[in-house]
Amino acid sequence: MGIEEKLPSGVLLTTVEGVAGYMRKASFWPATFGLACCAIEMMTTGGPKYDLARFGMEVFRASPRQADLMIVAGRVSQKMAPVLRQIYDQMPEPKWVLAMGVCASSGGMFNNYAVVQGVDHVVPVDMYLPGCPPRPEMLIDAILKLHEQVQTRPLGANMAARIEERENAALKALPTSEMKGLMR
Amino acid sequence: MTQDMYAGTSETTEGKVFTVSGQDWDSIVSGIAEDADERVVVNMGPQHPSTHGVLRLILELEGETVTEARCGIGYLHTGIEKNMEFRSWVQGVTFCTRMDYLSPFFNETTYCLGVERLLDIEDDIPEKAQVMRVLLMELNRISSHLVCIATGGMEIGALTVMTIGFRERELVLDLFELITGLRMNHGFIRPGGVAQDLPPGALDEIRGFIALMKKRLPEYAALCNANPIFRGRLENVGHLELDGCLALGLTGPVLRSTGYPWDLRKSEPYSGYEDYDFEVQTWDTSDSYGRFRVRLNEMWESLKIVEQAANRLAGLEGAPVMVGDKKIAWPSQLAIGSDGMGNSLDHIRHIMGESMEALIHHFKIVTEGFRVPAGQAYVPIESPRGELGAHVVSDGGTKPFRVHFRDPSFTNLQATGVMSDGGQVADVIVAIASIDPVMGGVDR
Amino acid sequence: MSELTPENTPENAPAELAPESEIQVVGQREGMFGVRGTGDTSGFGGLVQPVVFPGLASRPFDGWHEDVAAALDAALAGNGLAPSAVEGVVVHRGEITFHVRREDLPAVATLFRDDPDLRFELCAGVNGVNYPEDTGRELHAVYHLLSMTHNRRVRLEVSCPDGDPHIPSIVATYPTNDWHERETFDMFGIVFDGHPSLTRILMPDDWPGHPQRKDYPLGGIPVEYKGGSVPPPDQRRSYS
Repeated sequence: MGIEEKLPSGVLLTTVEGVAGYMRKASFWPATFGLACCAIEMMTTGGPKYDLARFGMEVFRASPRQADLMIVAGRVSQKMAPVLRQIYDQMPEPKWVLAMGVCASSGGMFNNYAVVQGVDHVVPVDMYLPGCPPRPEMLIDAILKLHEQVQTRPLGANMAARIEERENAALKALPTSEMKGLMR
Repeated sequence: MTQDMYAGTSETTEGKVFTVSGQDWDSIVSGIAEDADERVVVNMGPQHPSTHGVLRLILELEGETVTEARCGIGYLHTGIEKNMEFRSWVQGVTFCTRMDYLSPFFNETTYCLGVERLLDIEDDIPEKAQVMRVLLMELNRISSHLVCIATGGMEIGALTVMTIGFRERELVLDLFELITGLRMNHGFIRPGGVAQDLPPGALDEIRGFIALMKKRLPEYAALCNANPIFRGRLENVGHLELDGCLALGLTGPVLRSTGYPWDLRKSEPYSGYEDYDFEVQTWDTSDSYGRFRVRLNEMWESLKIVEQAANRLAGLEGAPVMVGDKKIAWPSQLAIGSDGMGNSLDHIRHIMGESMEALIHHFKIVTEGFRVPAGQAYVPIESPRGELGAHVVSDGGTKPFRVHFRDPSFTNLQATGVMSDGGQVADVIVAIASIDPVMGGVDR
Repeated sequence: MSELTPENTPENAPAELAPESEIQVVGQREGMFGVRGTGDTSGFGGLVQPVVFPGLASRPFDGWHEDVAAALDAALAGNGLAPSAVEGVVVHRGEITFHVRREDLPAVATLFRDDPDLRFELCAGVNGVNYPEDTGRELHAVYHLLSMTHNRRVRLEVSCPDGDPHIPSIVATYPTNDWHERETFDMFGIVFDGHPSLTRILMPDDWPGHPQRKDYPLGGIPVEYKGGSVPPPDQRRSYS
């Protein structure tokens, strides 16, 4: 990705990670992927009352080439899913996906032939935000929680180590369908 | 340049297809020069900041001139109509409200009016419910026109219009939250009336809102009406005369911008609109500028109606908001408790301790729902975009047999080709913004 | 429609219809809340109710309905169309529905638009309805017409069997029906003959099946969490 990815592990890398993480989260540009009602709430979050500009995010980049975050806002229909994947692929690394609203997280109330039951069937999601539609404050809360993820993202060798660790954990983890017990 | 899996050239039966991803535009120029074909088909795909939602525009360009513009829709098809066939009549309200998401109350109202016509309780809807419906619909008309003007301005680059538009819209959404509990997609207007009574203090808030809007609405006129850039971009763009509108079935501000004062609130009044004093706004230029002016003026008229509705509500304290027939009226009430909004304890005490019939009605209506006599009904209303009607077919059961929404955006969007052919690419954006399509309604 | 006498009128026919007027039985509803077999201890599982739609009305109608019907008769006669082009008229809740034979639909639509006493300039679109139990007439296409001159609305209903789902297109008369007919084709499979470009509009172009037909499943998936599973809405036990 750049020279920062090629640094060897050590104190220098952790300092650079901190700085790079801070830079990324402070200027975290979303790609416009507003689909339905959640898109309107996303637009109001960028509007004057719930200002996203104070987090450095008011520039919703039209081109995915210049965006860091894809906020999938709204219901993804079967016809739209390939477009969603194409936009995701066109975003350069590092990229994050926030599934805004219940329709993007799990298909929402539309459990039918036309809606993809959760965009994690199509793209890997970093943050799920429930709500129908989520209030702008909820969206900002989700973005701020995502900022913590962005801040602590490792680089280079550390990243490779984290990927391997997560993969091993996921292979051993209990799938949700096998979990038993109380719903809460 | 790294190899991009999306960039490349392929041959199809229609000719060469170029997929470019940046820094390789000259491949198109040289490719076209090979075939000496001036025609370029450009796809303004479903993800684009200026196409009002997930609308795909297929433009055939010759230079900057659009020789043919076609719309590809269906990217937001949610199967709402089919989903409603498996839910009860009242649950249908929660589904249809998310169709045209900028005017949820209108979706709910047209559906409920259709159901009420089949139930034959049209005359039994209490007056307070009618007035509340009108109040909420007109507030929704204001918020919807604000979004149209705001996003229309954003699409042509006037970002101030967007910020002030959304600022005003927040005032309306605060009112919605106060009255219905939600900012958007309220499931508030139900067959038989509305879900809940007005909370205390709502009328004062509404009056404060009216006073504030009267100061804020002139800002839009001041910013846009005489603005030479605005006029230059909007005048004579998207021209469609009255005969074209009628042939293509266009209604709403597009039809009224041709000068024909067709408004369903006046010609086929519903929900008591005949008792309100307002005027149908028209303009005579049949272009995008005319539609903008019509929408601005309609916001003023809606404000007038909101004021009249608030005055009427002041005299209807304590009146019922649901039809009297206990076998249809939605039984439960919500109230603000110590931990937020939840079941009203008064209602629970009533059904558990005081009245067996109330408990049975509550149980039957919430689980089974009411049965609607068989038949079909179509009650259209005037939504901010035009004639919105729900064709409701019942087979006598607890679930709709078929509900189809005649959505104005779906019909209005057919005019894209007529409005854009022969114009420039930038005018296509302006023309579509002046039609004001909401893709949720187009695709349902 | 079967011959209905006061003796064999279904009990759940609307009370206000006089026993001698016809009601139309389009199917029947079995069971009450989805319980079948030995799980049914209430007995409601054996309930059989006919699905009864309002039947054909007879002339003369009330008010402006009669004006429209008379004008239509005159127009049909004046243009050499047989009165059998209109199979029947239903008047219900103040709305009038003309059932038109599909072969005559384009001519009748032109009459509705052009005749000065009718002048239904605006067509508010086509809708499809699927009545799977109404054999021979499973697919209906419903057109809502609006006359701005006379400020009234009518409905035209055309039916076609499942085996031959063709209805002539009226895009030539009402261009607004272009996308509406494409949507009805997409959702129900009714082929509109004469439509300039009848392709899918809401579903992807290569989607198999026609989603809003009654034999097409809702297509949801069960929701599973921690061992519990909730089936999709069309497979749950629910009131019928």
